[in-house]
Amino acid sequence: MHAILELTRGILIKYDLIVALALVGAIMWISYWISNQLTRGRLHGSAIAILVGLVLAFIGGRATGGENGLADVAVFAGVGVLGGTMLRDFAIISTAFGVDVREIRRAGPVGVISLFLGVVVSFIVGACVGYGFGYRDAVSLTTIGGGAATYIVGPVTGSALGATKSVQTLSFAVGLVKAILVMIATPLIAKSIGLNNPRTAMIFGGLMGTTSGVTGGLAATDARLVPYGAMTATFYTGLGCLMGPSIIFIVMRMIFG
Amino acid sequence: MAIYGVALLAFCTIAGMVLGELLGWMMQVKANVGGVGIAMLLLIGLTESLRSRGKLPMPTQQGILFWSAIYIPIVVAMAAGQDVYRTLKSGPMAMFAGCLVTAICFALVPLVDRLCPVTSKAVSADDQATNSEKS
Repeated sequence: MHAILELTRGILIKYDLIVALALVGAIMWISYWISNQLTRGRLHGSAIAILVGLVLAFIGGRATGGENGLADVAVFAGVGVLGGTMLRDFAIISTAFGVDVREIRRAGPVGVISLFLGVVVSFIVGACVGYGFGYRDAVSLTTIGGGAATYIVGPVTGSALGATKSVQTLSFAVGLVKAILVMIATPLIAKSIGLNNPRTAMIFGGLMGTTSGVTGGLAATDARLVPYGAMTATFYTGLGCLMGPSIIFIVMRMIFG
Repeated sequence: MAIYGVALLAFCTIAGMVLGELLGWMMQVKANVGGVGIAMLLLIGLTESLRSRGKLPMPTQQGILFWSAIYIPIVVAMAAGQDVYRTLKSGPMAMFAGCLVTAICFALVPLVDRLCPVTSKAVSADDQATNSEKS
């Protein structure tokens, strides 16, 4: 019996990507069943599936102490490949096929406005919270503000400005809270913020900026909106990394010295 | 053949990422600037031009459509790979800052939508009604 278990384990580790496909398929099936039976379709199946994914990530992280959620469990390592940057970007880009170009052109200007607004507002909110928690120097406040933009902008800004390691880690955590919250909350509040058309999806992508949050949240709301949100969100992290250590830091230094 | 569609998608992805990286390098930013967005625009442009010349048969399209159909499961896998445990353990400040910035940005969506005029003649009857109310 023990030998059979070991043998199976060996196969599961060798075929990790295939295991991930089977696992995610099972998660989707259970989630859509729950959605139909228990919520009568009110809570979208994909929203439940993302939630299940996050819960599994929590369990995996606690069990292994690693940084990659469930993917740190050897037999589920394929989850990291399937949900990693490469295949994620590949799949996001494929959603652009069949997109209405006129919608993008029409919402282009307002998308750019929401991008700048989203970056600036995030830095301000992050810096204010940092100030409230006792940080007083412009470097730390800008870094925490960057984390409030996305979990990439924070550490990139921090290392450019020479922030301490603990502040950089903190800014990363702020960004991760935002990404996860956007994934969970978007389907719940989509109706109340009018998130049901390409135009608001592009505004949403520009304001939120976190690619994982935006694409996950929109997928759980209405998959047709994903390409529009992704289109603006993809420029956000670059813009944040550009503005953070430069113009925003200069302004912060003028205020906090 | 389906592989033609997959290969086209792969080409757009690589080209978009290279251009995004180049853009970041030119702006002296340590990040990819809009790589995914550029790749999306490339894909839209190339498929449109192929379609208009009748060179986008159904099997080729299916090579692309498979990936957009598998997109949500990939996002679920992405969620399962997040560092949720450490995030929940990171303390009140990260939680508070993350929640506050998310809430404020959510609230800004309808605001930006309303304040920025629709830049097209094809305004829906609904929008015209709200515009005339303002003026």
